Amino acid sequence: MAVSTETDECLLDRLCLGDEQAFVTLVERYRPSMLRIAAAYVPGPAVAEEVVQDTWLAVLRGAGRFEGRSSVRTWLFRILVNRARSVGARERRSVPLGTDLAPAVDQSRFDAAGNWRVPPAHWHDQVDDRLMAERIAGRIKSAIMDLPARQREVVTLRDIEGLRSDEVCGVLDISEANQRVLLHRGRSRLRQVIESEFGRA
Amino acid sequence: MRIRIRLARRDLVCRQAVELVTGYLEDSLSRGAKRRFEAHLAVCPHCTEYLAQLRATIALAGRIGPEDLTPPMRADFIALYRRWQADEAGPSA
Repeated sequence: MAVSTETDECLLDRLCLGDEQAFVTLVERYRPSMLRIAAAYVPGPAVAEEVVQDTWLAVLRGAGRFEGRSSVRTWLFRILVNRARSVGARERRSVPLGTDLAPAVDQSRFDAAGNWRVPPAHWHDQVDDRLMAERIAGRIKSAIMDLPARQREVVTLRDIEGLRSDEVCGVLDISEANQRVLLHRGRSRLRQVIESEFGRA
Repeated sequence: MRIRIRLARRDLVCRQAVELVTGYLEDSLSRGAKRRFEAHLAVCPHCTEYLAQLRATIALAGRIGPEDLTPPMRADFIALYRRWQADEAGPSA
């Protein structure tokens, strides 16, 4: 996979100057996360694809007017979320902002006093091994899709795309505290998945 | 005696510590909570491991990168781009 290291801002400039490869690179960079997020609002992958396609058209139309007040990726995701929400409302599917209050760790792993009864086994350096990391990354992708919609959005924006918490709050229009709860649940769940599949020595 | 009881109540147990991990990583804990969390880590190798696992989880998610488009998708997006360019150059521009 050829990973372009060009900045988003640079790609956006080139796209405005007629460079279609710059557009394709930007699409490749953000489309997977956009699909994950769109799917939080609309029924079915086909509609999510449509929303993402529409978003890219809106991005092209707005590219010349982008003023750089936020980062390009924050701007992209805000366009996406706005579109996904209006389509989602039209499709009469709204996802409640429920915050699934499952604890971070299965409670049976603690004793009555609240200390570890079944402590986490040390993750060996194999987790850092490149091939292993690729396998785990594949598993994490599917685990992220299985997260409740709101957790999926926050984890995607924070941990895959690397947005700051204030950017995520701006894109999703949620409070810092809410963002943190969703992030906590989402990350804790991903850790559980990695532990149950790869964590045993 | 009274002081010891109060200290004991302020000590975290593991079940509480794991719920503070995100707040700790986000640097959003109160000073007291942060101090108790760090004091707990200092004596608890399991929660230290747990924190390391959360950090590893975040790092692994961060390695999910861009994905190449399939040739038909690439063609679709190039077509979208060319239509946009034609519109820009057209009468509505």
